[in-house]
Parts: sequence; structure tokens; C-alpha cells
Amino acid sequence: MPAREGTYGLLAEFDTPSDLVRAAQKARHDGWRRMECYTPYPVEEAAEAIGFHRNKVPLITLIGGLMGLAAMFSMETWVSVLAYPLNIGGRPLYSWPAFIVPAYEWTILWAGLSAAFGMLALNGLPALYHPLFNAPNFRDGALTDKFFLCLEALDPKFDLAETREYLKTMEPASVVEVEY
Amino acid sequence: MATKDLIPKDSKPGAGIDPATGEYRVLGLGQTFKSVTEKISGIVLTPTTPLGWFALFGVGGALATVLLGALTWLFLVGVGIWAISQPVAWGFAIINFVWWIGIGHAGTLISAILLLFKQGWRNSINRFAEAMTIFAVVCAGMFPLIHVGRPWLGYWLFPYPNSMNVWPQFRSPLLWDVFAVSTYATISVVFWYIGMVPDFGTLRDRAKSPLAKYAYGLISLGWRGSTRHWMRYETASLLLAGLATPLVLSVHTVISFDFAVAVLPGWHTTIFPPYFVAGAIYSGFAMVLTLAIPLRKVYHLENLVTERHIDNMGKVMLATGFIVCYGYGMEVFMAWYSASHWEAFMMWNRMFGPMGWSYWVLITCNLAIPLTTLWSRKLRTSIPFMFFISIVVNTGMWFERFVIVVTSLYRDFLPSSWGTYRATRWDYAVYVGTLGLFTALFLLFVRFLPMIPMNEIRMMLPGAKITPKKAAEAAD
Repeated sequence: MPAREGTYGLLAEFDTPSDLVRAAQKARHDGWRRMECYTPYPVEEAAEAIGFHRNKVPLITLIGGLMGLAAMFSMETWVSVLAYPLNIGGRPLYSWPAFIVPAYEWTILWAGLSAAFGMLALNGLPALYHPLFNAPNFRDGALTDKFFLCLEALDPKFDLAETREYLKTMEPASVVEVEY
Repeated sequence: MATKDLIPKDSKPGAGIDPATGEYRVLGLGQTFKSVTEKISGIVLTPTTPLGWFALFGVGGALATVLLGALTWLFLVGVGIWAISQPVAWGFAIINFVWWIGIGHAGTLISAILLLFKQGWRNSINRFAEAMTIFAVVCAGMFPLIHVGRPWLGYWLFPYPNSMNVWPQFRSPLLWDVFAVSTYATISVVFWYIGMVPDFGTLRDRAKSPLAKYAYGLISLGWRGSTRHWMRYETASLLLAGLATPLVLSVHTVISFDFAVAVLPGWHTTIFPPYFVAGAIYSGFAMVLTLAIPLRKVYHLENLVTERHIDNMGKVMLATGFIVCYGYGMEVFMAWYSASHWEAFMMWNRMFGPMGWSYWVLITCNLAIPLTTLWSRKLRTSIPFMFFISIVVNTGMWFERFVIVVTSLYRDFLPSSWGTYRATRWDYAVYVGTLGLFTALFLLFVRFLPMIPMNEIRMMLPGAKITPKKAAEAAD
């Protein structure tokens, strides 16, 4: 990937979650799409405001769980029926009720690992570098008590001077330019 | 006693009852995003460590060294250094295994089940309860491994293609245990770590020393609080909670199968799964109290871990204590109702035989003391009393496992094979050693990791409320 240069976006800082949500709603309403909110804790209203409603974590979890179930159950069946059949008092080799317990545990194991690592992968983490960390005020408050709205330069509506004026109409605590 | 009588005259923050609900406040008054963050991250990021921490860590480390010594001798000589023999072939190792893993279960209950039930008060105690789970599972997982006699062959438990052409027996509860406990340990660690990632981000941003910045930066995975990330994170947390809930119930159920599937009187009973799970949660909450009460005192967390938490944990213990009590009653009833000579003798022997004293210690610690006193809200919110109760219940639950394992085994069907059980110094050394290991690990956690989830506490603060524009303008 070629190194990006120039402006990543403009970052507006707000003191309360309500201010942020209102600003995000307004920007979305005015046609902004390449934007993101940054909050110190999950703010569902902010996700609604930027139009992020659904994610793929549940689907990945379901697929992972089913794979775990299938993997363990088929292994148990193969081991107990074909690879190493044990005749214990003539009882059936394919004793599926006994196989449920490990299969159940592996369903949970694979589903849980898929949920955790799937979430990280969808989020693009780990990503130890991000342009936002260049913003002077971002690391002071983004994960403590400040709420940020970033309008990104990739949006076709983006123009450094105009967008700065536009963000200032939302009465943020500050607006700073973020560089790559 | 009416609720209003309990409102303290000098309503200092954190000690008060909310007049709107009549309950103790979940968080003390006057907390903000900044104060909460500073309080919790300050515990970790300070360069000074309290002297008491070193003292306790010294004790824990010394006992963990005892464990190391005891295990070394065990590996050199074999399990013959323990008191296990015929007829009591399962001794301290299995008792401690079940005890420790039961303690772990309360952490999962708090982090998963109470999250699904939207019990917001859990947020304050969630993180260190999860840490307790993991360290308890570390201690628990060791016992079956060292109990097998040749732990260096422990990998034989896993199904893998080998030159002996032998595969494990998937119909055995002992093998189910391998999968249940290993899944439980893995999912607990993942859930715990994922929960801490945003807090590591906070620590990374607030750390002063380069080493702390680097270390927290690395383990925070570059978390930046993006809303899209948060939403996926919330979904994943909820899913993990939804998965951990059936998992935690299944783990102790499978452990109870180790006993219940045997044909031995005292073990062969269908009440074991629910009774084991309830007992696990009972002892686990006791252990959370044992840890929470000194922590909130030493680190001045009274505004974050309030009387409400202590009170609620007391209520959970009361409820699970009664389920356990029902289990004891049902065991006695079934011994009579089954009309089986062996069952009746086992019960008589358990109560009045040569080791009957252990049964009465169990009844005193698990029923007589807690289930009579925990009804009183005044006692449930009395900190010294709750600490005392937590120790009593932990003792009682250890004796419950002792009673189940030893008193069912030592006098079996044939009087000629009767024996007894007297733990050796190596049994005690291993048990006390795991207590030390647990203490040492927990102290390291308290020193280096955020013991209260900052992001979850922030969600509960009044400042997190979203107000519509009109209301905000009217307020100005």
C-alpha cells in the first residue's frame, strides 16, 4: 500500500456525548458519509447517527460455532466407530449421546474465539499506528472524557477551509487538522 | 425495619441510600468521566507501590514457592506422598480441583450472566471477579494434571494421531472434563482480555513512563474508541457473555458427572449437576467478597464498589445457599426414600461415622451461620460481618467437597475394605501453595492491570445520558 500523505481529516472535539451525537446527526443529514465518532465508551446513539446499524460479528460467531460442533462430533464418531472401536459389553459404537458433551464444549470454544478474533479482524486491529494519534488533543481525552467527530478527507464534500467552518458551526471545543 | 431508618444521618458520598429507589447507590455521588478514569488508572500508573502490597506478595510468593517444592517432590517420588490409597483414591487433589473451579464460576456468573440480565451494578466488580476466575482455573487445572501421577504424559488426554494407535475414550466424563475445563479456561481468558483492551488504550494514553506507554500500547492493539469498533465490540461482548453462560453451567455439570456417573452410594445421584453449579456460585461469591472487601478499603474504592454491591452479593449467596441446602436435604431424603441399604448406610456413616465431624463443619459453615444471618440487610451491608461470612462459606464449601469425596469412599460395600483418610503434609503443602499462587497472581493483576472496567463504569455515569437538543437548550 502506498504511503498516504496530506490530510486525513478534521477532528472536532466535544465535551458531552449529547453534543457529539447532535453534531454527527447533522453531518450525516448534510450528506457526509466518510466520518467517524470517537468516544471513551460505547455510545449507541453515535453509531445510529453515523448510520452504522449492523455488523457481521454474529454471523462469524455462528459459522465458527457450527464448525466447532461439526469438527468435534465427526472426530468423536470417527475415533469411536472407525479408528479405535472399543467393544464394551456389546454396547453400540456410535453412542452419540455421550459425544454431545465435548461437541457442545467445542461449539462454545470455536464460537467464542470467532467472536473475539472476528471482532478484532473486522475492526482492523491490531493497528498500532493510526493518523488520529497525531492529533495533539486526541490522546488527551479520547479514551477519558472527550468526544470526537472526524470528517475524513476521503469524503467528496471535504474541503479543508470550508469543512473547518462547517464544523465550527456545531460549537465544538476545538477543531484540529489531522495529518497522515 | 423501614428503609428510611437506614439512611445515614450524615449522607456522605458512597455511603448513602438513593431516596428515589430506597436502595444503596451503585456508584457514589459526584463521579465524572475524569474522576473515575483518574482513580482507576492511577492505581496502575503510579510509580509507588504500597508497602502492604509487597508484604502480601511476599507471603503469596513464599507459599507459591512451597507449592513449587511440593510439586517437585511429587514429580520425583510420585503420588504416594499423598494420603490417597485404597479405598480413598481421590483425596485433596480432587477436592481442591472442584473447590477452585467452583470459585472461578462466580467470576463468569458476574461477567456473563449478570451482563445478559442487564444488571448494571456488576460493572464495578466484573473485572476482578473475572481475574479471580482465571487464577482460580489456573490453580484448579493443575490438580487433575498432577493427580494423574505422570503429568509429563498429560498430553495423552488429548486426541492426537500417535504411534501407539490409541485414541481417548469419548464416553468417559473424565475426558469430557478435559474439554470442559480447557474450553472454560480459554474462553475466560479471551473474554477477560477483550474486556480490557479499551482500558489498555486509556492506560497507554495516560502513561508517563516509556515502558508503560510501550507495554500498554502493545496490548491495547491500537484501540482508539471508534464508534464502529465499539459497536462490534459490544456485539462480541454480548455474544461472549451468551456463550460463557451455558459454558459455565456445563463445566460444573461435567465435573459433577465425574462423580454422578460412578455407581458409588453418595455419588450416584441425579441432583449433582444443579447442586454443584449452585455450590460453585455460592463459594465463588464468597471469594469475590473475600477479595473485594480488602481491595475497596486499601485502594479507597468505596465510591465504586459500594454497599449496594456487598448487599447484592449477600442476596445471591442467600439464594444459592438455599439451593445447596436443598441439595443436602435431597441427599438425605433419597438415602431414605431409595430404601437402599447402601445409600442409607452411606448417609448414616457420613453424618455419624468416624469422619462425621466434617459433615457438621459443612452444615455449620454453609447452612447454620450464613443462611440464618444473610436475611438481615443490616448484616448484609456490614463490611466486617460480610468478610467473616465469606471466609465461613469458603471453608464450608471446601468441606462440602471433602465430605463428597472422602466420606463416600472410605467405607464402601465390603467392611473388609474399609479404610480411612488422613491428609499428609504434602497434601497440605500443595493446597496452601495454590492459595499462595492465587494470592501472588491476583496481586500482580491489581498492580499492573485495571481492576475495574473504566469504559463500563463510564456508561453508568449521569454524564453519559444523551439529551435531545431542545432539553439541552432549555437547561441552558
